[in-house]
Amino acid sequence: MSATLELTGDGIQLSPKEMSRYSRHLIMPEVGVDGQKKLKAAKVLLIGAGGLGAPLGLYLAAAGIGRIGLVDFDVVDFSNLQRQVIHGTPDVGRPKLHSARDRIQAINPEVVVDLYETRLTAKNAIGIIEPYDLIIDGTDNFPTRYLTNDASVLLGKPNVYGSIFRFDGQASVFYPPHGPCYRCLYPEPPPPGEVPSCAEGGVLGILPGLIGCIQATEAVKLILGRGSPLIGRLLLYDALEMRFQEFKVRRNRNCPLCGDRPTITKLIDYEEFCGVRGQEAPPAATGAQTWEITVEELNTRVKNGEPVVILDVRNPPEFEICRIAGSVLIPLAELPGRLGELDRSKEIIVHCKSGMRSARAVQFMREQGFTRLKNLKGGILAWAERIDTEMATY
Amino acid sequence: MRLHVQLFARARELAATATVVIDLPDAACVSDLRHALSTQHPQLAPLLQRSALAVNGEFADDTDSLPANAEIALLPPVSGGGE
Repeated sequence: MSATLELTGDGIQLSPKEMSRYSRHLIMPEVGVDGQKKLKAAKVLLIGAGGLGAPLGLYLAAAGIGRIGLVDFDVVDFSNLQRQVIHGTPDVGRPKLHSARDRIQAINPEVVVDLYETRLTAKNAIGIIEPYDLIIDGTDNFPTRYLTNDASVLLGKPNVYGSIFRFDGQASVFYPPHGPCYRCLYPEPPPPGEVPSCAEGGVLGILPGLIGCIQATEAVKLILGRGSPLIGRLLLYDALEMRFQEFKVRRNRNCPLCGDRPTITKLIDYEEFCGVRGQEAPPAATGAQTWEITVEELNTRVKNGEPVVILDVRNPPEFEICRIAGSVLIPLAELPGRLGELDRSKEIIVHCKSGMRSARAVQFMREQGFTRLKNLKGGILAWAERIDTEMATY
Repeated sequence: MRLHVQLFARARELAATATVVIDLPDAACVSDLRHALSTQHPQLAPLLQRSALAVNGEFADDTDSLPANAEIALLPPVSGGGE
């Protein structure tokens, strides 16, 4: 069985306008009219219209992919514009799907765009993925990544994978039985909170452009049946060192999904699998004491001059952007070594950006014997939204 | 034998270095390396359980043996992409 898609351009017509549009493709023997017809016949699904989805959508549309499906449920935010180049400043507040569709159709009105304004779930994944020839993983979280992988393997579709963090990117093509799947590399997800998302850790804006373009290239190669796909190879890119490295990945015979005796034969509960269900919840309350405080309550206490310590467990660059007046900064990672700096006789209100890291900090400090603790619900984002509306956010 | 382990992504941040050096008895295997890394760099321990190790450019199983002067890479999962 060939590792390329069995796509045919039979019955596909290219108009004189399309011939002109794709002329730089058509004059290359590796593409030609036949190849361009294959691209037009191809149906590609992009999961995520964000950092990776942006260059993917732009270049696949320009390349003449006939049908592009987009799955996303988010709206465009100012903090997306540094990297999600398919969306513009006037699009802030619009659904990403609408903005991406408009941009794709402006680039190439020949492309048919299908919109799925939803989160990909175990319930809808098979139905959404099935009509497409090729799946592109531009997701931003582990549950959707495993779901995308599992559904693609179960349906026998190639999954063009990309992932980014800060200055590091990864790309590969998962296509059992021609090569491994994502679970052959990483059978199980990391413990929740161990691997920060781009929202927590940041990302160089250009990085998804490069990784997304690698994914787009792989997609086009698979459709054309040309060249050597990234099947069985994990490509790593380090932008700071400007270095590419490649690692061979074998199909794992014991893989629970694509191995010789698979134990996963249908989609599972991915939130539970990745341990992220209820992650936002604060540590369980014990007795009558509640471990949460709202921004309104904190504001009242500060105004009344009550002696509270406001402990910020974010990282220094985040503290530079915005801070609650009078707060002290001890990044979560440094907390174990710096507990001695905190006055246990006072009540300590712990906060981070949105409340997850501070929930971990509260849990840790409780284990260390702190009793007068509260987690600021919604973090500094809630403070900026409801108390200090002039505050810069990120 | 002395092995140089190249760290990627989150592992590099946690260890605050791009490479760590691990001494192992000859005839050690990948799981021995995993254990030594966890012990000598405890901040990596939780991530290490779910990370891949590559030996001489190829992903390795825990039972694979480690050739002398092997080039090791520690590759944790990376989740970002969209948002």
